[in-house]
Amino acid sequence: MNKTITIDGKTIPFEDGQTIMAAATAADVYIPHLCHHPELSPHGSCKLCTVKVNGRNCSACTFPAAEGQDVLNNTKEINDDRQKITQMLFVEGNHFCPSCEKTGNCQLQAVAYHLNMLDNHFPLFYPKREMDASHPDVMIDHNRCIFCTLCVRASQQHDGKDVFAISGRGINKHLIVNAQSGLLKDTDLDMNDKAAHVCPTGAILIKRTGYQVPIGQRLYDHHEIDQVSLVTENPHHGE
Amino acid sequence: MQVFIENLAASHNYQPTRLMLILRAIQDRYHYIPEPAIRQLAGLLKIPGTQIIGVIEFYSFFHLTPRGQYELLISDSITDHMLGKHNLMAYLSAKLQVAVGAVRSDGLVSLDNMSCSGLCDQGPAGLVNGYALTRLDRPRIDLITDLINQQKPLDKWPGELFQVNDNLIKSGLLLDDPIAPGDALRAAFKRGLQETLAEITQSGLRGRGGAGYTTGWKWHLCYEGPEENAFCDVDAQKQLQRYVICNADEGEPGTFKDRVLLSSYAHQVFEGMTVCAAIVGATEGFLYLRGEYLFLYDKLQAILAERRQADLLGGNILGKGIAFDIEICLGAGAYICGEESALIESLEGKMGIPRNRPPYPVTQGYLGKPTVVNNVETFMAAASIAVNGGNGFANMGTEKSKGTKILSISGDCSQPGIYEYPFGATIQTILNDCGADDVLGVQIGGPSGTFISNQELGRKLAFEDLATGGSFIIFNNSRNILDIVHNFTHFFAHESCGFCTPCRVGTSLLKQQLDKIVDGHGSAGDIVALEELCQLVKSNSHCGLGQTAANPILTTLERYPELYQSQLKKISYEPGFDLDGALETARRMAQRNDAAAHLEQIGEDHE
Ligand SMILES: Cc1cc2nc3c(=O)[nH]c(=O)nc-3n(C[C@H](O)[C@H](O)[C@H](O)COP(=O)(O)O)c2cc1C
Ligand code: SF4
Ligand code: SF4
Ligand code: FES
Ligand code: FES
Repeated sequence: MNKTITIDGKTIPFEDGQTIMAAATAADVYIPHLCHHPELSPHGSCKLCTVKVNGRNCSACTFPAAEGQDVLNNTKEINDDRQKITQMLFVEGNHFCPSCEKTGNCQLQAVAYHLNMLDNHFPLFYPKREMDASHPDVMIDHNRCIFCTLCVRASQQHDGKDVFAISGRGINKHLIVNAQSGLLKDTDLDMNDKAAHVCPTGAILIKRTGYQVPIGQRLYDHHEIDQVSLVTENPHHGE
Repeated sequence: MQVFIENLAASHNYQPTRLMLILRAIQDRYHYIPEPAIRQLAGLLKIPGTQIIGVIEFYSFFHLTPRGQYELLISDSITDHMLGKHNLMAYLSAKLQVAVGAVRSDGLVSLDNMSCSGLCDQGPAGLVNGYALTRLDRPRIDLITDLINQQKPLDKWPGELFQVNDNLIKSGLLLDDPIAPGDALRAAFKRGLQETLAEITQSGLRGRGGAGYTTGWKWHLCYEGPEENAFCDVDAQKQLQRYVICNADEGEPGTFKDRVLLSSYAHQVFEGMTVCAAIVGATEGFLYLRGEYLFLYDKLQAILAERRQADLLGGNILGKGIAFDIEICLGAGAYICGEESALIESLEGKMGIPRNRPPYPVTQGYLGKPTVVNNVETFMAAASIAVNGGNGFANMGTEKSKGTKILSISGDCSQPGIYEYPFGATIQTILNDCGADDVLGVQIGGPSGTFISNQELGRKLAFEDLATGGSFIIFNNSRNILDIVHNFTHFFAHESCGFCTPCRVGTSLLKQQLDKIVDGHGSAGDIVALEELCQLVKSNSHCGLGQTAANPILTTLERYPELYQSQLKKISYEPGFDLDGALETARRMAQRNDAAAHLEQIGEDHE
């Protein structure tokens, strides 16, 4: 007998050990997310995937699915909160989308569109953050880092290295790299590492690839993030 | 330095889990953690340098840049403010000729604020090179300034500067009747360990750290271990490593009862831990002592040594073939490390970031093994129950809250200190006992708890009414509620670990939005916006810190809406920043200051 949960009233099968996110993705149900990546260990920090499980808020990307769970995902109340959380990520950093090379390919921007975010709502923090363009092939623009740790985890779990880490406390969180100089060029990062490609925003960019695809022809210029996400993250999409 | 670091790492067996103690020793010696030390340590402990930097930047007491040879920190708790901290800090800063947050140019002294030092009953308080200074006033500051300028080593400073009093004022069930060392263990062995666990469960004892989980169940779950072990035979069960941790992080502003329990009842606390270890089958335990209580460290180590001598700890406790020992780990200035899973991370030598749950520490805690984490007072009560049985305890208190609660009372009253009450005592009774009159309100459970007004003094101390980990701060009618809320809201923003978006960004936004209103820049929509933000942070944050960070605003907004309203300007909208001020640079560059070079802020509405 298959075990099941319900998400917004729809019955969804799951296997022991699966998170709500994994079960949902396998059933072609999109739950908004930024710090989750199916090939990396769950983290649970962005809180965009917050769902209501039997009335309680839980992070879908970390919470194990279990028999009898009644999950609310795509409701107005939940999406309103998700929109505000996305706005928090925008005001915390410096995200000037029109001048960013990632625009149109950026998951933060795409999720903001998906959640119908039309303004920043909160006052901007305008933090002073640096760039690191020292590496021959890869650059970091700290202005756009949302501390999702995808690069940290990809480097450790996929590339077998330890290039990135998040340091600091509270609002002073920042990305650091594993080199005495503190510069990316002195790490063992290679441009083909997964860590160099996993960033959901424009914080880590590959040099000399900018604007090869014109704005207007980019991924999220034509597809909503929910569809893209299911196509890329569910191997059995549409079956 | 290289030799120092090498020896230090060796003395900790090159264990990365000892990182907190290692960094403390380096900070103590060099007054910062130098870059070469980080590289060397990374090699010796076989961990990435980024982990060490992460830890240094996470904890308030570690620094990447040099602090003074005398590092002075002054407690910024609301109770210190009420005792005149603000003026005192200005005086201290002028006297020492060093700005708050800075190091004096000769490198001799640095001065900064710190979160509540746990000395609210004898403030204004602070720390010098980690050691607590109490009852600061101008004469004491004059003295301290002289001692620093003469470069007197701390052990030559007059002892009265460091005098910490227990201020134990009202005792009850637990404080009246401390057990003799070994009594709880002997009673437990005599009765049987599982029978003793049954007594603890029957007593109704619930955790004293705040959350109130039933202690007997927690111990039972740890004994059982993770689900996949449920089918192991008894011998395999016994093989499983388990840990017992005593949470002495006591970071909630206004709480200081664990300080007194560890200062005067440490045997009983350690004995409670040992009884727990015998029951659940743990061989190793930790006391996670907040860094602010460094002054207790040597005394506690001496008590542990005594207990080893008396076979109350060690390889063969009371000859029963049971092994257990306790290590002390020191925190380094992070409120979040009181959260049990963040505490475990810290014990493992990492940043104090709360883990995702499930799994809970009882099944996967320290190093992934089943772990009991309990508050100091919980272990103390458990030891008493092991001796006396659970009945006497269960007969005290209320239906859902058995036994007594030890309170740390501070603020506007004639006798601040430690008080023990059976659960169910009314707030009014407590106020009468400690000499509080003209009461405006009481903060119960610290900033993360509830502010009650003087209309609610008939309410009761109990999990089902007013729960508290021990903090009880009294305010009289001369106090300004918005000052209190301001202090608490800034505290949470400072202490947020920064892991999750709603708390990391939300606590900073709460601070901004509250300041805007308190400073008189708020307009009609701002209170609604504030309340919405409170709900967002409360319901979406990862851990208890974020989930309670809005409580100071929510509980006072509910009781004093007119107070917030009265701060508002009579305009419909006020921009978040100063338009005219933003043009200042442009005016200077254009060398203009005529009327046309000024932008008017949105004016007051005409009624
Ligand atoms: C932000 C935060 C801070 C906490 N601080 C403490 C603390 O200082 N001492 C404590 O015993 N429990 C603290 N707790 C509660 C612990 O997580 C945990 O519930 C408690 O140590 C369990 O022990 P008990 O069952 O004996 O209360 C804190 C919780 C949170 C969320
Ligand atoms: S990273 Fe994304 S959201 Fe940020 S500026 Fe670039 S496109 Fe915009
Ligand atoms: S650089 Fe990108 S991937 Fe790395 S933490 Fe920041 S936002 Fe996430
Ligand atoms: S995707 Fe779940 S918390 Fe970020
Ligand atoms: S996640 Fe750190 S405080 Fe909430």
